[in-house]
Amino acid sequence: MTNTTTPQGVQTVIKLADLMKPPAPKPERFVLSDEERHEIEHELTHYPDSRAASIEALKIVQKHRGWVSDEAIPVIADMVSISAADLEGVATFYNLIFRQPVGRHVIKVCDSISCHLTGYDELRDALIQQLGVKLGGTTPDMRFTLLPICCLGACDRGACLMIDDDLHGPIEPAQVKAMLEAYQ
Amino acid sequence: MSLRSAADPQYQRPLTRLIDRAAGPLDRAGFEAENGYAGLKQSIKELTPQQVQAVVKDANLRGRGGAGFPAGVKWSLVPMGPDAGEKYLVCNADEMEPGTFKDRLLMEQAPHQLIESMILVGYAMQATRGYIFLRGEYIVAADRLNAALKEARAAGYVGKNVLGGEWSFELFVHTGAGRYICGEETALINSLEGRRANPRAKPPFPQIAGLWGRPTVVNNVETLMNVPHIVLNGADWFKNLSQGKSKDSGTKMYGCSGRANKTGTWELPIGTTARELLEVHAGGMRDGKKLKAWLPGGASTDFLLPEHLDLAMDFDTIAKAGSRMGTGLIAVVAEDQSIVSAVRNLEEFFARESCGWCTPCRDGLPWSVKILRAFENGQGQVEDIEVLSKLTKWLGPGKTFCAHAPGAMEPLQSALKYFRHEFENGLAKLPAEAA
Repeated sequence: MTNTTTPQGVQTVIKLADLMKPPAPKPERFVLSDEERHEIEHELTHYPDSRAASIEALKIVQKHRGWVSDEAIPVIADMVSISAADLEGVATFYNLIFRQPVGRHVIKVCDSISCHLTGYDELRDALIQQLGVKLGGTTPDMRFTLLPICCLGACDRGACLMIDDDLHGPIEPAQVKAMLEAYQ
Repeated sequence: MSLRSAADPQYQRPLTRLIDRAAGPLDRAGFEAENGYAGLKQSIKELTPQQVQAVVKDANLRGRGGAGFPAGVKWSLVPMGPDAGEKYLVCNADEMEPGTFKDRLLMEQAPHQLIESMILVGYAMQATRGYIFLRGEYIVAADRLNAALKEARAAGYVGKNVLGGEWSFELFVHTGAGRYICGEETALINSLEGRRANPRAKPPFPQIAGLWGRPTVVNNVETLMNVPHIVLNGADWFKNLSQGKSKDSGTKMYGCSGRANKTGTWELPIGTTARELLEVHAGGMRDGKKLKAWLPGGASTDFLLPEHLDLAMDFDTIAKAGSRMGTGLIAVVAEDQSIVSAVRNLEEFFARESCGWCTPCRDGLPWSVKILRAFENGQGQVEDIEVLSKLTKWLGPGKTFCAHAPGAMEPLQSALKYFRHEFENGLAKLPAEAA
């Protein structure tokens, strides 16, 4: 999520010495843990067609690792008997499947109409200010990722948000700092 | 131990009579003590599937997910008979219509009631399997539904030979991974199959060829949860629940969000007025502000005005006023809140949630957002009001692959109709005016 931007105008110089170096080691082969494999196999029993377990399988890997890496895709695809490209299409469709590393805690702040009417703008600004990241960003210490999300179905508690599995609302901007303290 | 149903001696709140938020949901034993699973038992022991379908059709139970399609008619398209083969019942528990928070309460606080309803409707259509498609963010509901399902399975309500009869039924909770479009029933089916949630062409309708190509019924949580009560109490009882407020039957989960004093969701006779929702149950607008406009039932319904507050909140009455009851949970806009900003927020939501399958929706919605942002920032152009107006036609019913974009156009077209002056106030000032 953190972008390392290269200053504009800096030229990349290819040095002969760099070309002589041995190639960087390949990333370690992705292996599902026994626990992940066992949980996915259990999900497979819920459907007459294995690909129906795709989304659950992605969620299982994400539960254990925080996100779903490119390397994980072919391995999960094998388990649900579809191609990696097919699973990639599924994995990139759903906003609750994270394809980049996220912080230890994921904040999902509702930006739909009821929360818009009850203080979303102020809540979002307070979060951005407190965390020092924009929507979609992760704090450098990997503690928080801040994401917008559509209606959380808690409109009577707007403006609301979720942190990990916990629903909070209504939240006033002044309460943001104390609320975040509970998530280290 | 006093029974929770004692609080509703006349049986006027079938959906919420067993709900006690402080005490939490009933377990199987507690639910059975309150006559839980009685509707299921009675159906399987005494009624044929066709008889269950008939009483629900007779009761005129209309779909509570927003469209109001009669559930009995929906089911009647499902092939019946011994050769019908695999059939599926899917509960649409993907509650994601902005402004809607009724199914969350029902599932968190009355999980056994949904499980019973799924099994009973499964029996009525002779389904072989059922899935509850639950949105991924409903963590508490998932835990409680899974716990209830486990108890139901242990008690022989789910599995092989339900209650010792001929019919077998498997039931699963399936949790999603986001995306509003999953609430569209054919997109939901694609998602349940582990695909991208693009809607499918209709026909064929899901009742003929749905999940894995088999006959499939998709019903909303609230719709399903009425069924055991209809079986137990009869069609006439259900029709009378509206207490003469509407020609529609039953109760409705209504609610109010926005800047009102006591936001919440309440089960009331269908046809209750929006004024009663706002002024009695929600305690009026906050800070003594006046009401400017309201959405009757979610983001994809046309705005109505204070002058519409006395209309009965039912499918036909709200449709006649130029909107839709939708999910029936109103969202109120206060006098000092901008309609242009509210519509920009709504269209931003729809633009982001478009599945991208068809061009008018994928490209038209972001276009509307861009224009609305300009108006919001005082940079609107005169022609842009006309463009917005045209977009409501180009993205309207019949112009796109599914109802997503037409739904998105409902708040926009009504905002243009009732609040044109607010758009005009967002026009860029000419240099002479600015000076």
